[in-house]
Amino acid sequence: MFLVKIFIKRRRSILDPQGKAVEHRINSLGYKNVSSVRIDKYIELELNENDFTKAKNNVEKICNDLLANPHLEDYSFELTKK
Amino acid sequence: MKFGVVVFPGSNCDYDAYFIMKKILGVETTFLFHKDTSLKDCNAVILPGGFSYGDYLRTGSIARFSPIMNEVIKFANNGGLVLGICNGFQILCESNLLPGVLMKNENLRFRCFDVNLKVLNNQTPFTKECGPGEILTIPIAHGEGNYFANKETIKELEDNDQIVFKYCNEYGEITNDSNPNGSVMNIAGVCNQRKNVFGLMPHPERCSDRTLGNTDGLKIFKSIINNFN
Repeated sequence: MFLVKIFIKRRRSILDPQGKAVEHRINSLGYKNVSSVRIDKYIELELNENDFTKAKNNVEKICNDLLANPHLEDYSFELTKK
Repeated sequence: MKFGVVVFPGSNCDYDAYFIMKKILGVETTFLFHKDTSLKDCNAVILPGGFSYGDYLRTGSIARFSPIMNEVIKFANNGGLVLGICNGFQILCESNLLPGVLMKNENLRFRCFDVNLKVLNNQTPFTKECGPGEILTIPIAHGEGNYFANKETIKELEDNDQIVFKYCNEYGEITNDSNPNGSVMNIAGVCNQRKNVFGLMPHPERCSDRTLGNTDGLKIFKSIINNFN
Protein backbone atom coordinates (compact mmCIF):
# COMPACT_ATOMS: atom_id res chain seq x y z
CA MET A 1 0.00 0.00 0.00
CA PHE A 2 1.27 3.45 -0.94
CA LEU A 3 0.23 6.88 0.22
CA VAL A 4 0.35 9.09 -2.87
CA LYS A 5 0.67 12.86 -2.71
CA ILE A 6 0.01 14.52 -6.05
CA PHE A 7 0.79 18.15 -6.85
CA ILE A 8 -0.84 19.68 -9.93
CA LYS A 9 0.54 23.03 -10.99
CA ARG A 10 -0.74 25.34 -13.66
CA ARG A 11 2.13 26.29 -15.98
CA ARG A 12 3.73 29.49 -14.80
CA SER A 13 3.45 31.00 -18.27
CA ILE A 14 -0.37 30.90 -18.01
CA LEU A 15 -2.12 33.63 -16.03
CA ASP A 16 -3.70 32.43 -12.78
CA PRO A 17 -6.50 34.94 -12.13
CA GLN A 18 -7.36 33.35 -8.76
CA GLY A 19 -3.78 33.70 -7.61
CA LYS A 20 -3.76 37.31 -8.84
CA ALA A 21 -6.94 38.15 -6.91
CA VAL A 22 -5.59 36.57 -3.71
CA GLU A 23 -2.26 38.36 -4.19
CA HIS A 24 -4.04 41.72 -4.47
CA ARG A 25 -5.96 41.01 -1.26
CA ILE A 26 -2.79 39.96 0.61
CA ASN A 27 -1.11 43.17 -0.58
CA SER A 28 -4.12 45.22 0.52
CA LEU A 29 -3.83 43.70 4.01
CA GLY A 30 -0.49 45.44 4.25
CA TYR A 31 1.85 42.65 3.13
CA LYS A 32 3.50 44.59 0.33
CA ASN A 33 6.35 42.08 0.25
CA VAL A 34 4.16 39.30 -1.24
CA SER A 35 4.10 38.56 -4.97
CA SER A 36 3.72 35.68 -7.48
CA VAL A 37 0.80 33.99 -5.66
CA ARG A 38 -0.33 30.84 -7.48
CA ILE A 39 -3.22 28.57 -6.56
CA ASP A 40 -2.55 24.97 -7.43
CA LYS A 41 -4.04 21.57 -6.54
CA TYR A 42 -2.95 18.98 -4.03
CA ILE A 43 -4.54 15.51 -4.20
CA GLU A 44 -3.91 12.65 -1.78
CA LEU A 45 -4.86 9.03 -2.34
CA GLU A 46 -4.06 5.52 -1.18
CA LEU A 47 -3.00 2.94 -3.75
CA ASN A 48 -3.35 -0.73 -2.96
CA GLU A 49 -0.20 -1.90 -4.73
CA ASN A 50 3.06 -3.30 -3.39
CA ASP A 51 5.36 -2.94 -6.39
CA PHE A 52 6.90 0.55 -6.63
CA THR A 53 7.22 0.62 -10.43
CA LYS A 54 3.66 -0.58 -10.93
CA ALA A 55 2.42 2.01 -8.44
CA LYS A 56 4.36 4.77 -10.18
CA ASN A 57 3.01 3.77 -13.60
CA ASN A 58 -0.53 3.64 -12.19
CA VAL A 59 -0.32 7.14 -10.76
CA GLU A 60 1.22 8.54 -13.95
CA LYS A 61 -1.62 7.10 -15.99
CA ILE A 62 -4.27 8.46 -13.60
CA CYS A 63 -2.65 11.91 -13.77
CA ASN A 64 -2.42 11.87 -17.56
CA ASP A 65 -5.95 10.52 -18.06
CA LEU A 66 -7.87 12.53 -15.51
CA LEU A 67 -6.18 14.57 -12.81
CA ALA A 68 -4.08 16.98 -14.89
CA ASN A 69 -4.91 18.74 -18.14
CA PRO A 70 -1.84 18.57 -20.40
CA HIS A 71 -2.77 21.88 -22.07
CA LEU A 72 -2.50 23.78 -18.81
CA GLU A 73 -0.93 21.81 -16.02
CA ASP A 74 2.15 19.84 -14.97
CA TYR A 75 2.10 17.30 -12.18
CA SER A 76 4.50 15.66 -9.77
CA PHE A 77 3.92 13.12 -7.03
CA GLU A 78 5.47 11.39 -4.05
CA LEU A 79 4.94 7.73 -3.12
CA THR A 80 5.30 6.67 0.49
CA LYS A 81 5.03 3.02 1.52
CA LYS A 82 2.37 2.55 4.22
CA MET B 1 -33.91 12.09 -38.10
CA LYS B 2 -33.45 11.92 -34.37
CA PHE B 3 -31.60 14.14 -31.90
CA GLY B 4 -30.12 12.99 -28.60
CA VAL B 5 -29.59 15.33 -25.65
CA VAL B 6 -27.16 13.94 -23.08
CA VAL B 7 -28.07 14.32 -19.40
CA PHE B 8 -25.17 14.33 -16.94
CA PRO B 9 -25.61 14.78 -13.20
CA GLY B 10 -25.55 18.58 -12.99
CA SER B 11 -26.70 19.33 -16.55
CA ASN B 12 -29.21 22.17 -16.38
CA CYS B 13 -29.82 23.22 -19.99
CA ASP B 14 -30.85 19.75 -21.12
CA TYR B 15 -34.58 20.50 -21.08
CA ASP B 16 -34.05 23.80 -22.91
CA ALA B 17 -32.23 22.00 -25.74
CA TYR B 18 -34.88 19.24 -25.77
CA PHE B 19 -37.69 21.82 -25.88
CA ILE B 20 -36.20 23.70 -28.83
CA MET B 21 -35.57 20.56 -30.88
CA LYS B 22 -38.84 18.79 -30.08
CA LYS B 23 -41.39 21.59 -29.61
CA ILE B 24 -40.04 24.52 -31.63
CA LEU B 25 -38.43 22.61 -34.50
CA GLY B 26 -40.61 19.49 -34.31
CA VAL B 27 -37.75 16.99 -34.60
CA GLU B 28 -37.78 13.62 -32.85
CA THR B 29 -35.60 14.08 -29.77
CA THR B 30 -34.65 11.85 -26.89
CA PHE B 31 -32.66 12.18 -23.70
CA LEU B 32 -29.50 10.08 -23.37
CA PHE B 33 -28.62 9.34 -19.74
CA HIS B 34 -24.95 9.54 -18.71
CA LYS B 35 -24.98 5.84 -17.80
CA ASP B 36 -26.44 4.76 -21.15
CA THR B 37 -24.18 2.72 -23.39
CA SER B 38 -26.05 3.37 -26.63
CA LEU B 39 -26.95 6.50 -28.60
CA LYS B 40 -30.37 4.97 -29.38
CA ASP B 41 -29.93 5.47 -33.14
CA CYS B 42 -29.64 9.24 -32.84
CA ASN B 43 -28.33 11.08 -35.91
CA ALA B 44 -26.97 14.05 -33.96
CA VAL B 45 -26.01 14.56 -30.33
CA ILE B 46 -26.17 17.67 -28.14
CA LEU B 47 -24.07 17.98 -24.97
CA PRO B 48 -25.98 20.65 -23.05
CA GLY B 49 -24.88 23.37 -20.64
CA GLY B 50 -24.76 23.05 -16.88
CA PHE B 51 -22.30 22.03 -14.21
CA SER B 52 -21.73 18.33 -14.79
CA TYR B 53 -20.38 16.63 -11.67
CA GLY B 54 -20.36 20.01 -9.93
CA ASP B 55 -17.46 21.17 -12.13
CA TYR B 56 -15.23 19.24 -9.70
CA LEU B 57 -11.52 18.86 -10.54
CA ARG B 58 -11.86 20.77 -13.85
CA THR B 59 -15.01 21.58 -15.83
CA GLY B 60 -16.00 18.59 -17.95
CA SER B 61 -13.16 16.37 -16.74
CA ILE B 62 -15.31 13.84 -14.87
CA ALA B 63 -18.20 13.83 -17.38
CA ARG B 64 -15.68 12.93 -20.07
CA PHE B 65 -15.40 9.42 -18.58
CA SER B 66 -19.16 8.75 -18.35
CA PRO B 67 -20.24 5.57 -20.16
CA ILE B 68 -22.26 7.59 -22.70
CA MET B 69 -19.14 9.55 -23.66
CA ASN B 70 -17.48 6.39 -24.99
CA GLU B 71 -20.36 6.18 -27.46
CA VAL B 72 -20.28 9.91 -28.24
CA ILE B 73 -16.52 9.71 -28.95
CA LYS B 74 -16.99 6.69 -31.24
CA PHE B 75 -19.89 8.44 -32.98
CA ALA B 76 -17.84 11.62 -33.49
CA ASN B 77 -14.84 9.68 -34.77
CA ASN B 78 -17.14 8.08 -37.35
CA GLY B 79 -18.26 11.51 -38.56
CA GLY B 80 -21.44 11.87 -36.45
CA LEU B 81 -22.56 15.44 -35.67
CA VAL B 82 -21.94 16.52 -32.07
CA LEU B 83 -22.78 19.96 -30.68
CA GLY B 84 -21.43 21.03 -27.28
CA ILE B 85 -22.96 24.08 -25.62
CA CYS B 86 -21.13 25.76 -22.71
CA ASN B 87 -20.42 22.87 -20.32
CA GLY B 88 -20.84 20.62 -23.37
CA PHE B 89 -18.01 22.55 -25.07
CA GLN B 90 -15.86 22.05 -21.96
CA ILE B 91 -16.57 18.30 -22.05
CA LEU B 92 -15.67 18.10 -25.76
CA CYS B 93 -12.32 19.79 -25.05
CA GLU B 94 -11.62 17.45 -22.12
CA SER B 95 -12.50 14.50 -24.39
CA ASN B 96 -9.96 15.70 -26.97
CA LEU B 97 -12.73 15.86 -29.56
CA LEU B 98 -11.96 19.57 -29.78
CA PRO B 99 -8.59 21.26 -29.34
CA GLY B 100 -7.77 23.60 -26.46
CA VAL B 101 -9.19 24.12 -23.00
CA LEU B 102 -11.63 26.44 -21.21
CA MET B 103 -10.24 28.20 -18.16
CA LYS B 104 -11.72 30.41 -15.47
CA ASN B 105 -12.78 33.80 -16.89
CA GLU B 106 -9.85 36.18 -16.77
CA ASN B 107 -11.89 38.72 -14.77
CA LEU B 108 -13.06 35.94 -12.38
CA ARG B 109 -16.69 36.98 -12.92
CA PHE B 110 -19.60 34.80 -13.91
CA ARG B 111 -20.69 36.55 -17.12
CA CYS B 112 -24.37 36.39 -18.02
CA PHE B 113 -25.63 38.64 -20.84
CA ASP B 114 -26.14 38.84 -24.61
CA VAL B 115 -22.97 38.88 -26.71
CA ASN B 116 -22.39 39.52 -30.40
CA LEU B 117 -20.73 36.78 -32.38
CA LYS B 118 -19.09 37.06 -35.76
CA VAL B 119 -19.54 34.02 -37.98
CA LEU B 120 -16.09 33.21 -39.36
CA ASN B 121 -17.03 29.97 -41.04
CA ASN B 122 -20.55 29.50 -42.40
CA GLN B 123 -19.67 26.31 -44.28
CA THR B 124 -19.81 23.93 -41.30
CA PRO B 125 -22.77 21.56 -40.75
CA PHE B 126 -23.67 23.83 -37.78
CA THR B 127 -23.58 27.25 -39.47
CA LYS B 128 -24.82 26.82 -43.04
CA GLU B 129 -27.93 28.87 -42.22
CA CYS B 130 -25.73 31.86 -41.34
CA GLY B 131 -24.47 34.40 -43.84
CA PRO B 132 -20.73 34.97 -44.33
CA GLY B 133 -19.51 37.31 -41.59
CA GLU B 134 -23.02 37.54 -40.12
CA ILE B 135 -23.31 38.88 -36.59
CA LEU B 136 -25.45 36.80 -34.24
CA THR B 137 -26.66 37.89 -30.81
CA ILE B 138 -26.68 34.99 -28.36
CA PRO B 139 -26.54 34.99 -24.54
CA ILE B 140 -23.62 33.67 -22.52
CA ALA B 141 -23.77 32.39 -18.91
CA HIS B 142 -20.47 31.02 -17.66
CA GLY B 143 -17.62 31.39 -15.20
CA GLU B 144 -15.14 29.27 -17.14
CA GLY B 145 -15.26 30.21 -20.80
CA ASN B 146 -11.76 31.56 -21.27
CA TYR B 147 -10.63 29.59 -24.31
CA PHE B 148 -6.94 28.81 -24.48
CA ALA B 149 -4.76 26.88 -26.90
CA ASN B 150 -1.07 27.17 -27.65
CA LYS B 151 0.22 29.12 -30.65
CA GLU B 152 0.71 26.07 -32.85
CA THR B 153 -2.86 24.91 -32.19
CA ILE B 154 -4.28 28.37 -32.91
CA LYS B 155 -2.37 28.45 -36.21
CA GLU B 156 -3.83 25.05 -37.14
CA LEU B 157 -7.32 26.26 -36.21
CA GLU B 158 -6.89 29.31 -38.42
CA ASP B 159 -5.37 27.38 -41.34
CA ASN B 160 -8.24 24.85 -41.28
CA ASP B 161 -11.05 27.40 -40.76
CA GLN B 162 -11.93 25.79 -37.43
CA ILE B 163 -12.62 29.05 -35.60
CA VAL B 164 -16.35 29.33 -36.16
CA PHE B 165 -17.39 32.22 -33.88
CA LYS B 166 -15.53 35.14 -32.33
CA TYR B 167 -16.85 37.65 -29.80
CA CYS B 168 -17.30 41.01 -31.52
CA ASN B 169 -19.00 44.37 -31.04
CA GLU B 170 -22.30 45.33 -32.69
CA TYR B 171 -20.42 46.36 -35.85
CA GLY B 172 -18.66 43.01 -36.13
CA GLU B 173 -15.29 44.31 -34.97
CA ILE B 174 -13.21 41.88 -32.90
CA THR B 175 -12.26 44.10 -29.95
CA ASN B 176 -10.92 43.58 -26.43
CA ASP B 177 -14.02 45.25 -25.01
CA SER B 178 -16.27 42.68 -26.66
CA ASN B 179 -14.32 39.76 -25.18
CA PRO B 180 -16.29 38.72 -22.06
CA ASN B 181 -13.88 36.19 -20.59
CA GLY B 182 -10.32 36.67 -21.86
CA SER B 183 -10.51 34.00 -24.58
CA VAL B 184 -7.46 33.96 -26.82
CA MET B 185 -8.26 35.90 -30.03
CA ASN B 186 -11.89 36.38 -28.85
CA ILE B 187 -12.68 32.76 -29.73
CA ALA B 188 -16.26 31.80 -28.79
CA GLY B 189 -16.68 28.55 -30.73
CA VAL B 190 -14.48 26.05 -32.59
CA CYS B 191 -14.98 22.88 -34.58
CA ASN B 192 -12.71 19.91 -35.19
CA GLN B 193 -10.73 19.49 -38.38
CA ARG B 194 -13.41 17.28 -39.92
CA LYS B 195 -16.09 19.90 -39.01
CA ASN B 196 -18.49 17.36 -37.47
CA VAL B 197 -17.87 18.36 -33.83
CA PHE B 198 -18.65 21.91 -32.74
CA GLY B 199 -18.43 23.56 -29.33
CA LEU B 200 -19.39 27.07 -28.27
CA MET B 201 -19.73 28.92 -24.97
CA PRO B 202 -22.87 30.97 -25.87
CA HIS B 203 -26.30 29.37 -25.46
CA PRO B 204 -28.23 29.18 -28.76
CA GLU B 205 -31.02 27.20 -27.05
CA ARG B 206 -31.80 30.30 -24.97
CA CYS B 207 -32.60 32.37 -28.05
CA SER B 208 -34.51 30.00 -30.30
CA ASP B 209 -38.10 30.71 -29.26
CA ARG B 210 -39.89 33.77 -30.67
CA THR B 211 -41.53 34.32 -27.29
CA LEU B 212 -38.11 35.28 -25.95
CA GLY B 213 -37.63 38.01 -28.56
CA ASN B 214 -34.56 36.60 -30.30
CA THR B 215 -34.25 33.57 -32.57
CA ASP B 216 -30.61 33.83 -33.69
CA GLY B 217 -29.89 30.48 -32.01
CA LEU B 218 -32.28 28.71 -34.37
CA LYS B 219 -29.80 29.18 -37.22
CA ILE B 220 -27.48 26.68 -35.56
CA PHE B 221 -30.14 24.05 -34.89
CA LYS B 222 -31.72 24.49 -38.34
CA SER B 223 -28.29 24.14 -39.94
CA ILE B 224 -27.86 20.77 -38.24
CA ILE B 225 -31.30 19.57 -39.34
CA ASN B 226 -30.67 20.66 -42.94
CA ASN B 227 -27.76 18.23 -43.18
CA PHE B 228 -30.34 15.45 -43.15
CA ASN B 229 -32.86 16.95 -45.62
